[in-house]
Amino acid sequence: MAHTLIAYVEDKPGVLNRVASLFRRRAFNIVSLTVGRTEQAGVSRMTIVVDTDELGARRAEANLYKLVNVLRVDDVTNKPAVVRELVLVKLGVTAEQRTAVLQLVNVFRARVVDISAEAMITEITGSQDKVESFIETMRAFHIISVARTGLIAMVRGGGKISANPPLVAAQLPENGAAEDTAGLSMSV
Amino acid sequence: MTKLTGAQMIWECLTLEGVEVVFGYPGGAILPTYDAMLGYKIHHVLVRHEQGATHMADGYARASGKVGVAIATSGPGATNMVTGIATAMMDSVPIVCITGQVGSKAIGSDAFQETDVTGVTLPITKHNYLVTRTEDIPRAIKEAFFIARSGRQGPVLVDITKDAQQGSAEFVWEVGPLRLPGYRPDLRTLPSELERALHLINNAERPLILAGHGIISAGARAQVLEFAERAQVPIAMTLLGLGGIPASHGLNLGMMGMHGEAYVNSAIQQADLLLAFGMRFDDRVTGNLKTYAVNARKIHIDIDSSELNKNVRVDVGLVGDLRDVLQELLPGVQSADHSAWLDHIDSMKGDLAVRDIQSLPDTGHLYAAHVINDIWRLTKGNAIVVTDVGQHQMWEAQYYKHDHERTLITSGGLGTMGFALPAAIGAKFACPDREVWVVAGDGGFQMTMAELATIKQEKIKLNIAIINNFYLGMVRQWQEFFYEKRSAAPPLLGPDFVKLAEAFGLRGLRIKQRAELQGLVEEARADSGTVVIDFQVEQEDSVFPMVPAGADLDKMIRRPARDVLIETGADADEWELGA
Ligand SMILES: Cc1ncc(C[n+]2csc(CCOP(=O)(O)OP(=O)(O)O)c2C)c(N)n1
Ligand SMILES: [Mg+2]
Repeated sequence: MAHTLIAYVEDKPGVLNRVASLFRRRAFNIVSLTVGRTEQAGVSRMTIVVDTDELGARRAEANLYKLVNVLRVDDVTNKPAVVRELVLVKLGVTAEQRTAVLQLVNVFRARVVDISAEAMITEITGSQDKVESFIETMRAFHIISVARTGLIAMVRGGGKISANPPLVAAQLPENGAAEDTAGLSMSV
Repeated sequence: MTKLTGAQMIWECLTLEGVEVVFGYPGGAILPTYDAMLGYKIHHVLVRHEQGATHMADGYARASGKVGVAIATSGPGATNMVTGIATAMMDSVPIVCITGQVGSKAIGSDAFQETDVTGVTLPITKHNYLVTRTEDIPRAIKEAFFIARSGRQGPVLVDITKDAQQGSAEFVWEVGPLRLPGYRPDLRTLPSELERALHLINNAERPLILAGHGIISAGARAQVLEFAERAQVPIAMTLLGLGGIPASHGLNLGMMGMHGEAYVNSAIQQADLLLAFGMRFDDRVTGNLKTYAVNARKIHIDIDSSELNKNVRVDVGLVGDLRDVLQELLPGVQSADHSAWLDHIDSMKGDLAVRDIQSLPDTGHLYAAHVINDIWRLTKGNAIVVTDVGQHQMWEAQYYKHDHERTLITSGGLGTMGFALPAAIGAKFACPDREVWVVAGDGGFQMTMAELATIKQEKIKLNIAIINNFYLGMVRQWQEFFYEKRSAAPPLLGPDFVKLAEAFGLRGLRIKQRAELQGLVEEARADSGTVVIDFQVEQEDSVFPMVPAGADLDKMIRRPARDVLIETGADADEWELGA
């Protein structure tokens, strides 16, 4: 299952490489990874979507914390969060197809950002489901290329994440190992 | 304001960090630093290969508990360090490697001897730095030492461009805490977890401590013993844990895992509570994970939270320095009587290692097990033993009984052949007054034997035991057991080790029979110089017992029954010592 981790990292050369290398080395499968500056000077924010189970996500988190340049990791998978991706889709369309495309663009609240004689570029921002189904719908036409930013995410509400996490709990998933082994008999 | 060159700053920083010795090899990109060395008191050991420098720094660190330092030039000098860095990484050993780099303007141009060393070592260092400005050198080195020695220890590399070494700047050595906001070596566990752990501990019927390297790194011997003695919990050791708890302690069962004693592994499989103290459930100690200790609840204490639930799912994971966590747990640990469990384990001690070598047939040959056990007896267990990797390493672990911490130095996680000789040099520099033994195979010894020249040049005294079976013994054993004796790696042709020692200006001895052993070993120990002893042992001997890789932990290949029972050697009575 996909887990969405937000990592706040020091904005220093090589940090992206350290994070990417960690996921490769520990054999995690990255679905998407985005990086950008934050409101705080010297701090960048990465949104990493990784295909793993709950234990794997805890392991990824713990390993991220081991990187000296990683300030804070937050798994927002099960938190109320706004998750967005921006996608550009370039379509090869004939003059007759244009109206149909425009109608669908309206339905999806997408936008047309460029039109030329034989092509147009549409832009959509939204949750992964929404952009996926937009791209799916556009397959009815001739898709020339698709560019995706990868997901970014932000937890809802007014709380601010402190750069320093408190004590680390036992790194167990909520319905984790303790319950799993509880079924085993204690005798040999 | 006094200005220093970057090169001077490096030595200034090392001095301020309390470094007394560095192991290095010069070259173009690090020459400014070598040039500046002459003004400082730090002793530089000129090695014969940069891999040797890293293993020496490693051996120094393991023997002393302090940070070891290795220095090399850019490109090939730095890439030669890779094996040593990876070795230190796998075994959590604090070393700092300083490498020269081409001028900052030339970076990325494939300049002469340019290698992206921070890139190459990214996955095998705890952290690394590329320093391109003179004024950044002190901070980088200070952070490197701090990171190497704090938290879960490990290697840190600082790559410094030639122009940064040559430039001048004001030297600023910041006092007070470092600004490393993302580095938290002191993560701790919530108190509620301690309560859960205590509940399991105080209600266990068949508890067992799995003691690892963390005992030694954290200096937690006293706490582990207090815990074990009060709650009457037996202790099984990992290879790297050996010496952490005295081998002679009544609750110490000995080594677990692939070549541990069968009763130790059986005890693990039968326990109802495993207490993993500073160990990481490596595949060499768990065997098949699916069948590993399925009857046991598990409490894991480790300084590295990413180790929890990595290989084995645990019921309670406690993050922190082992000594600190135990100190917090101890007030709640109740006295207990587990005599039924301890008696049961006792009853499983079928084919004890020591009994086994007493019963080796006297073929007039020499057995590696005898050699190691004799060295243990003659050194009264007080030597620092640095081993290489292979059969001899496992025999060392089985037959040299380590009572003291930091007296077994061996490459566990990476299993690096060629480690022993250079690591022993480092250990000797850390503990010049201690007796240091190298126990190496004929194969691994040939990988780094050039360091004999370093020994000669530095005039240090080591005792070097080559356990010469004329084979890559461990490989031969696997081929015999698992590849139907197909020997793709034929017997190993080695040099005449006696002549080799002499060629390096050292003394060489050869021992082929047990009767000669005591006299010649005593002679070697008494010699003020390093002596290389070529122990020509039984060639096709195997290490028992053995858990085949990936097999269930208690499905061991046991020692074959010996038909002749003959006690060999001069002081057979003394064997009782180790029983
Ligand atoms: C650098 C390196 N290469 C290969 C191996 C694989 N290996 C493990 S043990 C071994 C044989 C070691 O032979 P020797 O040094 O003679 O020791 P013995 O097993 O005979 O005691 C080999 C080749 C290794 N551990 N390290
Ligand atoms: Mg050999």
